[in-house]
Amino acid sequence: MSTLSARFDGKVGSFRLNMEFTIPSRGVTALFGPSGCGKTTLLRCIAGLNHMPGAELTLDGEVWQKGRTFVPTHKRPIGYVFQEPGLFPHLSVRKNLTYGMKRAGIDSRDSEHLNELTALMGIEHLLERGVTALSGGEKQRVAIARALLMRPRLLLMDEPLSALDQDNKNEIMPYLEQLHSQLEIPVIYVTHDRREVERLADQLLLLRKGELIAQGEIGEILTNPDLPFGRSQDAVTVLDGRVRHYDARYGLSTLQIDGGTLEVPDTLGPTGVYKRLRIASTDVSLALNTDQPSTILNRLPAVIWKILPTDGPSVNVLLRIGNMGEGSALLASVTRKSVDSMQLTPGQSVYAQIKGASLLGSSTTNKPRKHEMTPLIACE
Amino acid sequence: MTEAILLTIKLAGLTTLILLLIGSPLAWWLAHNRTWYKEIVNAMVALPLVLPPTVLGFYLLLAMSPQNAFGAFIKEHFDITLPFTFEGLVIGSVIYSLPFVVQPIRNAFEAIGRAPMEVAATLRASPLDRFLTVALPLARPGFLSGAVLGFAHTVGEFGVVLMIGGNLPGETKVLSIAIYDHVESLEWTEAHILSGGMLVSSFVLIFLMILIEKRWGRLN
Repeated sequence: MSTLSARFDGKVGSFRLNMEFTIPSRGVTALFGPSGCGKTTLLRCIAGLNHMPGAELTLDGEVWQKGRTFVPTHKRPIGYVFQEPGLFPHLSVRKNLTYGMKRAGIDSRDSEHLNELTALMGIEHLLERGVTALSGGEKQRVAIARALLMRPRLLLMDEPLSALDQDNKNEIMPYLEQLHSQLEIPVIYVTHDRREVERLADQLLLLRKGELIAQGEIGEILTNPDLPFGRSQDAVTVLDGRVRHYDARYGLSTLQIDGGTLEVPDTLGPTGVYKRLRIASTDVSLALNTDQPSTILNRLPAVIWKILPTDGPSVNVLLRIGNMGEGSALLASVTRKSVDSMQLTPGQSVYAQIKGASLLGSSTTNKPRKHEMTPLIACE
Repeated sequence: MTEAILLTIKLAGLTTLILLLIGSPLAWWLAHNRTWYKEIVNAMVALPLVLPPTVLGFYLLLAMSPQNAFGAFIKEHFDITLPFTFEGLVIGSVIYSLPFVVQPIRNAFEAIGRAPMEVAATLRASPLDRFLTVALPLARPGFLSGAVLGFAHTVGEFGVVLMIGGNLPGETKVLSIAIYDHVESLEWTEAHILSGGMLVSSFVLIFLMILIEKRWGRLN
């Protein structure tokens, strides 16, 4: 289990970074922020590609940088995926893949390891090809496999999708989601795309002008009333739920979330598995009671916590699920007119109505999705 | 006649080999260094492009003379007198042809950019390892141009050779000098054979280079 702790306070070139953080030993940590906020510089400092004097960096207590100690990039047990795939044009796909393996002291004839990763990234059929004829998405998948084949203890990804067109992005996303559920090492993922964060991140570091302005679990950050996410017109709630049972008659799965249950029209895998749900605030409406029958399946009791203005004609109502508001946070997009006519105020009990279909959210492909995480509690 | 041809090939081959060996690190340094004196070194490397060969030959002759520090040093440590010897010609040719080898290689290194080297670093390749396994293969077209230009330019040099080598058969009498000699003595047939041979072989050399570059371009 590796944990990265970092302290940066100083300049790289003309760029100033000032922050201190720890990355948990597993899961994807997104470095999120607008262009020019220092995300890539930070990642490059972690990799040792940039050298910021005075910074401190340790992985599992193993010092990479401190005082005069500076472990050069090629001696850090990292995998790095750049924006551009950076495949070596003079080598075949196979030789690109084994380039790092050989140097990381991993037997490049270990075909089991190679087969496993090429299968995971869907590039088995490309091994003997040259790299120039590959599509953008294929190149990036080779680059990811090349980094992982070294069995790194930390994976750094610098906007791996940003150089791809939408088709290639859609093609590669399921592979990333697959990785997310299977990798045992911490991943730091730089992006300025909120959809990537919603789909892939477990934790988020929010950067602005070289400073860390927030850090936390993805679910908390997206609904934090003090951060811009919850105030955006297309705000999203991300919930992790555990599959409780599947109703074959109606084709509905029941998921346990913090503060209630949700019914989702899909088979979400075996009981006990954790799934991520993405709920757009515009797919959540509010009602004062459940007297009227409705076609909306999911009507959860909730308590209004805060009403957040947005830049549009609507507001985002920040709710806490549960009769007493003891559960997860949830955002509902409501017009200002409704707020006035229903006299919505913080502390009030309401019902959040969630359109079932919107719960599918997280994937656009028919690939088997596995958002399987280690079950935290094994009770029933 | 054969003697002059063989001597020329030996001189140009040896010069090209030496230039590739010292030119590669120099080109790498010029491509990646950011110190202020880099441009001074750059200008010194490029100087033979603009300097009249006789001027270069004149100063080389002075420097090589055992009465001066450099010549004395060589004489003392290697027991070689440089002026009017093959060794002296090699040194002169290396300096004279330096920019023709260094500049194409340097351009090739610059065209690669930093990215592939950084990628290699994240794949655990040490600096020397990534120079050998990434920079050199990717800069292949630059090495080819550099080698061909360096070789051809050495074959064609005249002024420097005349100044520091003179005209000693089997030692310093290279092709260009031989042609000049034949023309001076009105030996047109010999001059024609050598010149025509040069023309044809130069064309073949350049043509081969173009073909190889085209092939590599398709591979990359």
